[in-house]
Amino acid sequence: MPINDIQTIIETARNRLLEMHFHANCGHIGGNVSCLDAMIILHHRVLNPDDRFILSKGHSAGALYVTLWTLGKMNDADLKTFAQNNTMLPCHPSGSGIFGLLFPTGSLGHGPSLAAGLALAAKHNNVPRHIYCLCSDGEWQEGSCWEALIFSVHHRLNNLTIIIDQNGLQGFGTTKEIISCSDLTPRIEAFGAHVQHADGHNCGEILKSLESKSADKVNILILNTIKGKGLAFENTLESHYLPLTEQEYRTACSINTQRGDL
Amino acid sequence: MRNAFAAAVTAHHNREDCFFLTGDLGFMALEDIKTAFGNRFINTGIAEQNMIGVAAGLARENMKVFVYSIAPFCYARPFEQIRNDICLSDLSVCLVGNGGGYAYGQMGPTHHALEDCAAMNALGVQVLVPAFDADIASVIRGFSSPTYLRLGFDERPEGAPVPQYAPWRQVLTGEFGAIAALGPLAGVAWQALLDVPAALRPSVWAVTEFNDKEIPDEFWTQVSEKTLFTIEEHVVAGGLGMHVALAMIHKGIHVSKFVHRYALGYPTGRFGSQAFHRAQCGIDSDGVRDMLMEAKR
Repeated sequence: MPINDIQTIIETARNRLLEMHFHANCGHIGGNVSCLDAMIILHHRVLNPDDRFILSKGHSAGALYVTLWTLGKMNDADLKTFAQNNTMLPCHPSGSGIFGLLFPTGSLGHGPSLAAGLALAAKHNNVPRHIYCLCSDGEWQEGSCWEALIFSVHHRLNNLTIIIDQNGLQGFGTTKEIISCSDLTPRIEAFGAHVQHADGHNCGEILKSLESKSADKVNILILNTIKGKGLAFENTLESHYLPLTEQEYRTACSINTQRGDL
Repeated sequence: MRNAFAAAVTAHHNREDCFFLTGDLGFMALEDIKTAFGNRFINTGIAEQNMIGVAAGLARENMKVFVYSIAPFCYARPFEQIRNDICLSDLSVCLVGNGGGYAYGQMGPTHHALEDCAAMNALGVQVLVPAFDADIASVIRGFSSPTYLRLGFDERPEGAPVPQYAPWRQVLTGEFGAIAALGPLAGVAWQALLDVPAALRPSVWAVTEFNDKEIPDEFWTQVSEKTLFTIEEHVVAGGLGMHVALAMIHKGIHVSKFVHRYALGYPTGRFGSQAFHRAQCGIDSDGVRDMLMEAKR
């Protein structure tokens, strides 16, 4: 599928994501938008049927749900239940009843270890399977991420790729002002993983990075992204928590439509 | 019990679909498992959260996984990983906590496990507290859901035969009510009352499983209108005593007296051996005999 077509899918997914969050009056839009491009590219262009995907940043469940919707694994009726009573689609994924979902996530710092276990099992079973795990950047303040990284590097889990959505913003400040770390690269490199970078809103760069993995090391792909890209509260703390107002939602849809026309 | 545990794992679980993870513990105990399991034995290092997450990943791919550490490092340090990664997906992981209760004695309070059964029960984990070495092979034989195995010491009277395994089983007869003793304390109570005439002592029941397990009718018959004793090396909250009391109410059983001995934590602020702490809590041999006197007063 050409990149242009992928861009169209991303725009469609983005509109559906905003609509879904707006109608559910749900926040966490910023972190959903920042990783949506990568999620779409990964699922449409990279993942093989037997591969595994772990959404460690469970607060981006909306982006996963609409990605599965673009793949035909969910329908509109499913998405309409998002964050409603009696739903299979809570704001953080429950880990059951959803295509491809293996674990409940939402508490940060769990995904890398779960992914390491899956990668280890694949090696043990001689299955040519790759494991992808999507984390946030703030999530790496959890010690468990580093425990998992040490383990994965030691066991040479070259069938594991951890993607980090490095948008620089977390719950109550920037990663720079909270832990003096706006770029995780040197710290992760020091642990012995193979680190690549890409503009997280550039489809070509994301795809190229995901296709050029190290053959003998744990792969880390750091995506430089913008939280809430294109929204009224782009790159602000508001984008982490607050739902869109009607005005903000209409404006965002208008911008997206114009982009789609381009 | 850890040697018996290692023997049982090596004998019955050395299969291609079974992994053994340890958090850098098991020196002079797990060597045979390490040899037998080869690359399915993994020392995951001093990183318990990761160990549980890795176990969950393996179990999600249909492996059975043992996870071993000193008890508090096994159930308390990675509590959220147990809850989210293992229990919410109902995975076949057996958490093995060595040194239940005060078993690590002089190592100090960080190494004691006094609320483990309650914590794991609250998550719906199958809690197993073997009383004797010979129980271990039976209790871990077919685990297929989240399980917590609390290891201690086999303390049955010297030379005493071990009754066939059952979640609840009588190990000593008696007519003055009955004692429900959690795991190894059954051996302690058994020894303490051995020379007391049967007419004057309670029967002793070894309790290994107390979540979702029916208490045998014979036990209720023995305590009905008599004294019910419970003894456990575990805090009162969420322990065997509370479980039995609730079951008794549900069942409509009436007892003449309920005597409960349990872990009090560190009542004097001083620390010592397992025997020291048991004595402070009244859950050693003297404590068992004292319970009996208390009931007769």
